[in-house]
Amino acid sequence: MAASLRELRQRRQSVTATKKITKAMELIASSRVIKAQQAAARALPFTRELNRAVSAVAEYSHVDHPLTRDTDEADVKRAAVFFITSDRGMNGAYSANAIKTAARVVQRIRDEGKEPVRYIVGKKGINYVNFRGLPIEASWEGFSDAPTYDRAVEIADQLVADFLKPTEEGGVDAIYAVYTRMESMISQTPRVRRLLPLEVVEGVKDVTEHDLVPLYEFEPDPETVLDQLLPLYLRSRIWFYLLQSAASQLASQQRAMKSATDNAQQLIERLTREANQARQAEITQEISEIVGGASALAEQN
Amino acid sequence: MADHVRVEVVAASGIAWEGDALSVIVRTIEGDVGILPNHEPFLAAMVPCAAEVLTVDGRREILAVDEGFISVADNRVALLSQYARVAHEINLDEAEHELAAAERRLNQGETDEETMQHFRRAQAQVKAAKLASEQA
Repeated sequence: MAASLRELRQRRQSVTATKKITKAMELIASSRVIKAQQAAARALPFTRELNRAVSAVAEYSHVDHPLTRDTDEADVKRAAVFFITSDRGMNGAYSANAIKTAARVVQRIRDEGKEPVRYIVGKKGINYVNFRGLPIEASWEGFSDAPTYDRAVEIADQLVADFLKPTEEGGVDAIYAVYTRMESMISQTPRVRRLLPLEVVEGVKDVTEHDLVPLYEFEPDPETVLDQLLPLYLRSRIWFYLLQSAASQLASQQRAMKSATDNAQQLIERLTREANQARQAEITQEISEIVGGASALAEQN
Repeated sequence: MADHVRVEVVAASGIAWEGDALSVIVRTIEGDVGILPNHEPFLAAMVPCAAEVLTVDGRREILAVDEGFISVADNRVALLSQYARVAHEINLDEAEHELAAAERRLNQGETDEETMQHFRRAQAQVKAAKLASEQA
């Protein structure tokens, strides 16, 4: 009995220590998620201006650019999936959901008889793919919870370079992006978007009735402006995906850590009760032993 | 007719500067352009430069911008560039250091697009920071 009492106390202590850790992680995540949301909000004007400009050019002239040129469905031989996961665990289902969604896209690409190519952000995704012995075209890690714009540039430039390469030399014909959209603190959903070839219509959609596109004068000409715009547009898309995913990751982490803390609290309460019961039982037993011993002595006299 | 124009300088990490202005001067691929209030809709590719904004209260705001574009519509000017910065926030020593580093890399024969961009951006920042310190 005494051993089990000590055991119960030990377990309670270790759960208390775990609770302290998860509580700290919850607090850290909740302060960082606000920062991540602010960063995402600050990047909005950049995306908005680019969308507006791209749709202005698209409105004015027929867009014909290597990045928007749609290859025939039948001509697409290699299609890439670019997905964003986290570097560390303790994020609930965040990485698992993104990986699952990416796996579905890969399956669809395969079903269409094309060769899938993977681009991955985050250690979790890299490990998942490596463990299964699947090839990775390129991967980035170390910034999943606080991405910088330079990283977005790096990723976007490589994707564009591979997209522009001919298929025979290891290029890809289409790129899909999987990121996790931050709907609210309690809901984050993985989304799939076609990144390349660019759908310029996407930009037009964001322009509301209120700001109809006026007729612009271009300098030097629409093509040159577009040449400069599209790479920027793509970078801003990747930047947007990275920021959204980072915010989602932190929100998911906060929720996971909160429920871990709650569970630990419940466990502590249960263990405390059990330990008290065991202690009480021990005392009762001791008393009855003493009483029993005393009465046995009395009978002898 | 409005006598001033709304200016927004947008960088990737947020709005670098915004306010009402009497005129805006930036360098495009074709050369310098000045934008006054009520300009017609205009969209041009910008090159790294020190942009000048004459604000309504008579100050001259200098901004270092890199490649991007300027768009004008409805009396609103948007300067979009990835690494736009307000000149007085730039540390001149740091910017010069940065420029020297980029120059060294260029001299070593690294003439790829990225180094060139970096060099031009540093150049624009140094120029903007110098202009701003002259003014102060």
